[in-house]
Amino acid sequence: MSDQQTGSDQRLEIVLAWTVVGIPFAYGIYNSVKAALDLFTG
Amino acid sequence: MPALSFLDRAHTVARPGYSRWLIPPAALAIHFSIGQAYATSVYKGQLQEHFDAGHTSVGLIFSIAIVVLGLSAALFGTWVDRVGPRKTMFTAACCWASGFVVAAGGVALGGTLGLWVVYLGYGVIGGIGLGLGYISPVSTLIKWFPDRPGLATGMAIMGFGGGAMIASPLSKKLMSVYGGDAGHQVTMLFLTLAAIYFCFMMFGVFLVRVPAPGWHPVHWDPAEHKPKKLQTTAHVSAGNAIRTPQFWLLWVVLMCNTTAGIGILENAGPMIQDFFREEGADGIWRSTLDADPVTVATMAGGFVALLSVGNMAGRFLWSTCSDFVGRKNIYMLYLGGGAVMFLILATAGSTSVALFVLLCMVIVSFYGAGFATVPSYLRDLFGTFQVGAIHGRLLTAWSTAGILGPLIINGVLDSQTPVQGPDPENPSGTVDVLTASDYALGLYIMVGVLAIGFVCNLLIKPVSERFHETGNVTDAADGARSVDAHS
Repeated sequence: MSDQQTGSDQRLEIVLAWTVVGIPFAYGIYNSVKAALDLFTG
Repeated sequence: MPALSFLDRAHTVARPGYSRWLIPPAALAIHFSIGQAYATSVYKGQLQEHFDAGHTSVGLIFSIAIVVLGLSAALFGTWVDRVGPRKTMFTAACCWASGFVVAAGGVALGGTLGLWVVYLGYGVIGGIGLGLGYISPVSTLIKWFPDRPGLATGMAIMGFGGGAMIASPLSKKLMSVYGGDAGHQVTMLFLTLAAIYFCFMMFGVFLVRVPAPGWHPVHWDPAEHKPKKLQTTAHVSAGNAIRTPQFWLLWVVLMCNTTAGIGILENAGPMIQDFFREEGADGIWRSTLDADPVTVATMAGGFVALLSVGNMAGRFLWSTCSDFVGRKNIYMLYLGGGAVMFLILATAGSTSVALFVLLCMVIVSFYGAGFATVPSYLRDLFGTFQVGAIHGRLLTAWSTAGILGPLIINGVLDSQTPVQGPDPENPSGTVDVLTASDYALGLYIMVGVLAIGFVCNLLIKPVSERFHETGNVTDAADGARSVDAHS
């Protein structure tokens, strides 16, 4: 048994799933980078 | 209970064509949530004020949670492999959220009794959620990504590092919105986090699937796959794994790598300030980073944030690399390369801020990568059968390093004679501070710790055939069925 072609409905599911986890991740990265800039800008 | 039958392993088998790229978001939903454990410093001050308690009493909340994480992962690992990821994730979500609710009750109650309720809630109940949540998606990801296990586990365990990056700013924001006294702020924060994390983890619960028996990616045929030197096609049970020297060598490897990383992370903020000081004519040791002590403290905060990014990125990048260069080789880099980095840090770290930051970032990236790569290393040595349970048992190395790392570095620093530096809170006053040379002994000890890990890694050989399962076992559920059939 093996993977079949991913249908367009599944592609939408993948995009939605990654968006749900991607938004908080982007929020965390943004805040960390903003704080990290203090190291260089003081 | 029929209403909860959707949690059964049988109901989580993926339909044909189900994309494996839906599994990493499920794992990330769990690891982003439980990664909050590393953001406890955000409300530590409020808890100290509310309970009128010291650093140790409040710090114990986090320590209990990490110890219970290791114990629950070790104790429930076999159950996790048997019942599958969905039931485990659901149980983890219930424990993690209810831990926050109980802890909120403790904060609202206040006093000594209230603090004990927080220990029970966040430390014990939440700690079980941490342990179950940490190992729940690992073996499932390894089965979905037999061609790239390092990439898969790197993605999930990266989430644990990323969880604190999300929780820290979110917690600060929520506490400022709730306002009121310290106790009210933390109570409301805990209740809010309980609701948010429960919903977010349930997203993972509904999304996760196990591959159907015999499934493999369309472009990767196990029959044509030539295993690397240390990769086995056999299976070893968790009970047998802990009887092999390979398990204990890897235990020492993980413990050494984690101990060294904690040595940096534990004192990152003060360390960058202490490394860049020079003595003035008045005998006061002032920072060379900036004339204003408040600005220096802000810069130290920026350094800590940068290390969080390095920790998280290392989990994904180095673990992904391990799929190409092999697990043993990549650990030689983490341990051998790490030892060289520590040596340079001790001898030349104070000569340049850029060099110091770079060295610390690489060291911390190796620290994170050690966690992310170890499930794939276990899979190479012991196969996929009960890899979750074996991983759970191995995490006791983390608990040990959590005690050993701070003990070494803090012990060395406490034994040094401090000099006088400017007090950030009182412009005319001075406080005890350390300098770069005070860290040297601690850093040399970490070189030795990494060298021990390096030798242990070198000694790892394929597991003897006498430990291999003899029946036709492909995963823990099959194993459970074969045990039932024999009983």
